[in-house]
Amino acid sequence: MTVESTAARKPRRSAGSKAGTTGTKRTTRTTPKKGADPDLVQLLTPEGERVENPEYDRYVEGITPDELRGLYRDMVLTRRFDAEATSLQRQGELGLWASLLGQEAAQIGSGRALNDDDYVFPTYREHGVAWCRGVDPTNLLGMFRGVNNGGWDPNSNNFHLYTIVIGSQTLHATGYAMGVAKDGADSAVIAYFGDGASSQGDVAESFTFSAVYNAPVVFFCQNNQWAISEPTEKQTRVPLYQRAQGYGFPGVRVDGNDVLACLAVTKWALERARNGEGPTLVEAFTYRMGAHTTSDDPTRYRHDDERAAWEAKDPIARLRTYLLDSDHADEGFFAELEAESEALGRRVREAVRAMPDPDHLAIFENVYADGHALVDEERAQFAAYQASFADAEGGR
Amino acid sequence: MAEKMALAKAINESLRKALESDPKVLVMGEDVGKLGGVFRVTDGLQKDFGEERVIDTPLAESGIVGTAIGLALRGYRPVVEIQFDGFVFPAYDQIVTQLAKMHARSLGKVKMPVVVRIPYGGGIGAVEHHSESPESLFAHVAGLKIVSPSNASDAYWMMQQAIQSDDPVIFFEPKRRYWDKGEVNVEAIPGPLHKARVVREGTDLTLVAYGPMVKVCQEVAAAAEEEGKSLEVLDLRSVSPLDFDSVQASVEKTRRLVVVHEAPVFFGSGAEIAARITERCFYHLEAPVLRVGGYHAPYPPARLEEEYLPGLDRVLDAVDRALAY
Repeated sequence: MTVESTAARKPRRSAGSKAGTTGTKRTTRTTPKKGADPDLVQLLTPEGERVENPEYDRYVEGITPDELRGLYRDMVLTRRFDAEATSLQRQGELGLWASLLGQEAAQIGSGRALNDDDYVFPTYREHGVAWCRGVDPTNLLGMFRGVNNGGWDPNSNNFHLYTIVIGSQTLHATGYAMGVAKDGADSAVIAYFGDGASSQGDVAESFTFSAVYNAPVVFFCQNNQWAISEPTEKQTRVPLYQRAQGYGFPGVRVDGNDVLACLAVTKWALERARNGEGPTLVEAFTYRMGAHTTSDDPTRYRHDDERAAWEAKDPIARLRTYLLDSDHADEGFFAELEAESEALGRRVREAVRAMPDPDHLAIFENVYADGHALVDEERAQFAAYQASFADAEGGR
Repeated sequence: MAEKMALAKAINESLRKALESDPKVLVMGEDVGKLGGVFRVTDGLQKDFGEERVIDTPLAESGIVGTAIGLALRGYRPVVEIQFDGFVFPAYDQIVTQLAKMHARSLGKVKMPVVVRIPYGGGIGAVEHHSESPESLFAHVAGLKIVSPSNASDAYWMMQQAIQSDDPVIFFEPKRRYWDKGEVNVEAIPGPLHKARVVREGTDLTLVAYGPMVKVCQEVAAAAEEEGKSLEVLDLRSVSPLDFDSVQASVEKTRRLVVVHEAPVFFGSGAEIAARITERCFYHLEAPVLRVGGYHAPYPPARLEEEYLPGLDRVLDAVDRALAY
């Protein structure tokens, strides 16, 4: 490798003016980088360079420096929250945690593309999307602490409960979208799932149903390369985005570590949904930097050098470089954000530690909406049984 | 305003009424639209209510139930048809892991007013997977309600009530009774959905059944009467919740109980009834609770189903054994 080519890959931090809302003049390249995947939509290279894309640029054209900093802030705070949750699991405060480390751009980019009246169907790892929807991070932790199985009202943020059974939610999203279409509403629906879920029959059926009924749904697949220990090669022989073709709707692969590209492509897909053009599959090509969950040990099935290669494509680092290069953010911004991150971590920590165990009778709550004789009977028996201890203690 | 109609027609009328009175009600399933269902239960509904409300779905049961869940989340009240009992299993995951649990896991924020209609049971000479009785596999799951009408009037009213329920209801339709006619008063005030009904009073022994076996038990009671035995017949109507109070009241009177269902006896609903009634009526019982049902074998080819299904003679044999104690 020549000195020149090495230099060319370095971020050109010093060059150019400070004008414009996005600084595209100085940090934009029109020709794709040599060796870049032509099928991969990328607007921001791993080195933090803005590259032009005639198809998708228009979806981020008007983005302001303030909004760019907002995306950065979202990603940093999500990562901080995620790290705090991992720590809380290590400290015994949570039973389990499914980290989103490395997938911040895919989640924030797609999450920020949504309108308020759009509806989200997440897996159990969509902490960044939850953040975008305004779901309080501490609410996500109830199920991982074991005090409930989903502690938020799906309808207050149009963010459905986490779904643990792999792929099931894609059908719920499709049905919901069929309902949106029946209502003649202007909203769209987004279903999150992963590369592992792409093998599930429910995902295939959701593709079929959404295509047949032209449902306004976006299938957002975060291909993070690993389904616990199984690489994507164990799920598919074709790139996942190409699956859409067989169902009769478009599929696109986007750089899942590029928040701008994820924002643009999701906006495009949502626009299609809103225009009555039916479903779209977006494959966000990303990487699960951490373990599947805190119970997993990735050293048993993958090499550190793979992780290191993806580390160089970090979604947060590249936007930081871009913000600095284009003078959209200064050190003061980053310092302030650092303080905000720590405050968030502290708040989450304290909230989790203060989370009370549920009342014992909660076992019987909400099993049915209209009640059920057996549940009533067993609740009464259980309550009497529990009360018998109180009586015994009281009698002493 | 009573009108005589077949059980299948009663369900059809009930669906029609629901579609008329609530714009959120949808009918979905394979072949339910233009064809009117393989049993014609949805006959004419698409013609009158359109393809947006009476929906021919792709041939994918999990997809049918999964999208119905999504539609319910959007505020609709889907009534989905599974074409035959043996075809429900691709949807079993969505029913058990999603539909049944959604209300509880949302802490009551989300309701699941979904009816899953399943024509079930044997006796029609069908091929494999078309004659099964899987109700116990659903009754074991908290969050679901399981009902099965035995006659046209119940079919009409129980369907109305199932659709109005904010809980998911698995509605087992006794397919061999689809063509049996009965009086339906569409202006009556129905009793509670999950309450059993005494269809014949008696003093010597209680026969408990639901769905297709109620008729068999009525025939058994008539035959036993000729031998001077007085049998009470109880139509459970609902398997979950199950009206144990009514069973208990009857058994305290007759002191003997035989439970009859088409489903295999092993781990069947009869086992649950036997256990609970033994606990509730221990000092009243003169004989162990006996069960008559399918064997622990795959549902047999049609030429053998008469031997497999509980019929007049097998139930009478159990009655004799119970009375012999």
